[in-house]
Amino acid sequence: MHNPQLNKHGELQHLLTLDGLPRNIINAILDTAAPFTEVAEREVKKLPLLRGKSIFNLFFENSTRTRTTFEIAAKRLSADVVNLNVSTSSTAKGESLLDTVDNLCAMQADMFVVRHAASGAPFLIAQHLYNTGRNDIHVVNAGDGRHAHPTQGLLDMYTIRHYKRDFTQLTVAIVGDVLHSRVARSQIAALTTLGVPEVRVIGPKTLLPTAMERMGVRVFHDMREGLKDVDVVMMLRLQNERMNGALLPTPQEFYKVWGLTAEKLALAKPDAIVMHPGPMNRGVEIDSAVADGAQAVILPQVTFGIAVRMAVMSMLAGQ
Amino acid sequence: MKIRIANGRVIDPANKTDRIQDVYISDGKIAALGDAPDGFVAQRTLDASNLVVAPGLIDLAARLREPGFEYRATLESEMDAAMAGGVTSLAIPPDTDPVLDEPGLVEMLCYRAKKLNRAHVYPVGALTLGLKGERLSEMAELVEAGCVAFSQANVPIVDNMVLMRAMQYAATFDFRVWLQPIAPFLSRGGYAHDGEVASRLGLPGIPVAAETVALYTYLQLARITGARLHITRLSSAEGLQLIEQARADGMDVSCDVSINHLHLCDMDIGYFDANCHLVPPLRSQRDRDALRRALADGRINALCSDHTPVDDDGKQTPFSESEPGATGLELLLPLTLKWANESGLSLLDGIARITSEAARIVGITKAGHLSPGARADVCVFDPAADIRIARDSLRSQGKNTPFLGFELQGKVRYTLVEGQLMYGD
Repeated sequence: MHNPQLNKHGELQHLLTLDGLPRNIINAILDTAAPFTEVAEREVKKLPLLRGKSIFNLFFENSTRTRTTFEIAAKRLSADVVNLNVSTSSTAKGESLLDTVDNLCAMQADMFVVRHAASGAPFLIAQHLYNTGRNDIHVVNAGDGRHAHPTQGLLDMYTIRHYKRDFTQLTVAIVGDVLHSRVARSQIAALTTLGVPEVRVIGPKTLLPTAMERMGVRVFHDMREGLKDVDVVMMLRLQNERMNGALLPTPQEFYKVWGLTAEKLALAKPDAIVMHPGPMNRGVEIDSAVADGAQAVILPQVTFGIAVRMAVMSMLAGQ
Repeated sequence: MKIRIANGRVIDPANKTDRIQDVYISDGKIAALGDAPDGFVAQRTLDASNLVVAPGLIDLAARLREPGFEYRATLESEMDAAMAGGVTSLAIPPDTDPVLDEPGLVEMLCYRAKKLNRAHVYPVGALTLGLKGERLSEMAELVEAGCVAFSQANVPIVDNMVLMRAMQYAATFDFRVWLQPIAPFLSRGGYAHDGEVASRLGLPGIPVAAETVALYTYLQLARITGARLHITRLSSAEGLQLIEQARADGMDVSCDVSINHLHLCDMDIGYFDANCHLVPPLRSQRDRDALRRALADGRINALCSDHTPVDDDGKQTPFSESEPGATGLELLLPLTLKWANESGLSLLDGIARITSEAARIVGITKAGHLSPGARADVCVFDPAADIRIARDSLRSQGKNTPFLGFELQGKVRYTLVEGQLMYGD
């Protein structure tokens, strides 16, 4: 099958998903990101790699953190950044997604950073650019529906590599609402590609997708069993709208069974790290004592996120 | 007009005929096969050497998009597609706008179709007003207006009491009830088969239970009410099993499958190909293989195109926001041949699924076969000719098909409707 995110030389044309992205490309992005972490320490936090390039943050779904980190990353690379919040409901009539893209292309865009509530939307844009011969324009998926959030997955890998070095010796647990999580899907794809021997997912049956095992993970419903001797605990955010209803009875019960507390974390390896893509629901999926504790690397994740996004953008459009 | 179709391989499943012979047509009817009737002088002779002469194809589900959705397709464009596909009889689902729930509308549709003088239309009336699942439609009057059966298209009835009453009422007259097994709540908000592919792609899934739970309900209610039930667009192996079980218990129930579900599975969605957004969803490879086997041995009675033209705007959107459906009239024959060939079936057995068997389900007696006296609806095709499915080769206004780019075999050379040459020269 034609992989739309690679060009005919097998190089990265767009970053749409980590599922199927070759290991050498993932490693190249992580390697490229490393020196960018130092840019933030400088007095002048800028590099000229994307000077003169126009990057459009095309957000069809609300986001503050991801959009901001993309914006900072682009600006540190000297690009011109335009933010568009196209908050439209999927059914609302008006300009179609591809019409919007065509219009922005006419404004000489070099890159689109796209977030959309529908899984696959960035693929549609990439396919459209391909069909219309605009191969000089790149698409970065900043989160599509439940499908993928590749830069989040990459910054998580960067974080794990930073603290744990060797992926091939690790046991990693992903905890919570995997069903609705694009973050979890990207994490699973990256972890399995990078050779992590055991990836576990932990959650109630209502929040785990069908046929999960086929993604190369071990499924646990019991938090204590699942956390035993893991090196990395990756918590997921539980969206408000899932907390009360047919998926879960109450946030209180979720916290009691799957919330990460110091007591449950004690079952993991003593040097296990705790990650969270943010924003956190303290007292729902994670206890404050853990979120602010010594094992948490949640804020470094944010810092690394900027470097990783700089790496992706410079690899796609840099000179 | 007297026509002689000469030297063709006549394949007529209803009469178990497969031999090279001439077909003589006069006054819109099949006059004779083999030897010319006394005094027959052909005004036109069609050379069918190396071609197959079959009954015109019968499609159990072709949305012509009129009334209401003329921007997607018109009666004219889709009738052209039917002729190019060798399809001479079309059962029309009621999900037009307004829906086919009123005798006047049905009469108008029949009148418009008749004026175009191409394929015969067989409207399937709405089982409930507006397909809303609340009030029964005027079934007796709708049948007088031309309806051959009643269905909900793919809008399931939520209230099972209404469904039971509708089946009871239809059974009063022994009218046919065609139901697509969709459990409303289990399918709500889903876009793809709930399995590995949907999980990976993050597409909200539709579990197989959406089909089986509905099927179980329909079969139970048909048993109680005595309704003549036909199940449309089967998608899963488990669903098939329920039908087999009901038959083993002595129930008379028929079913069909679409060309899409016969050849594709959820893997074909690839990178969110909206042309694979269908109702019911494409299920697993295991399901597809079970459907193929069941169609081959007759447990599934017929094959249909489930023709649903969608305009580009309806498909050039993210998968979950796209309009479901695929164009199919021009693919019915080549995809039937492909399946028959791959299943080791004879041409006769393959074609039966889109002629004689389909005719039985609609209740067509004067077509779907080539017996003398039958309506001269004929499809003459070259089973070995290669065709490539491309946007510009499709006459349908809908260019939406997962088979774009496919190389298939089976090209229609002539289509005759009531003895008139409507396609080919």
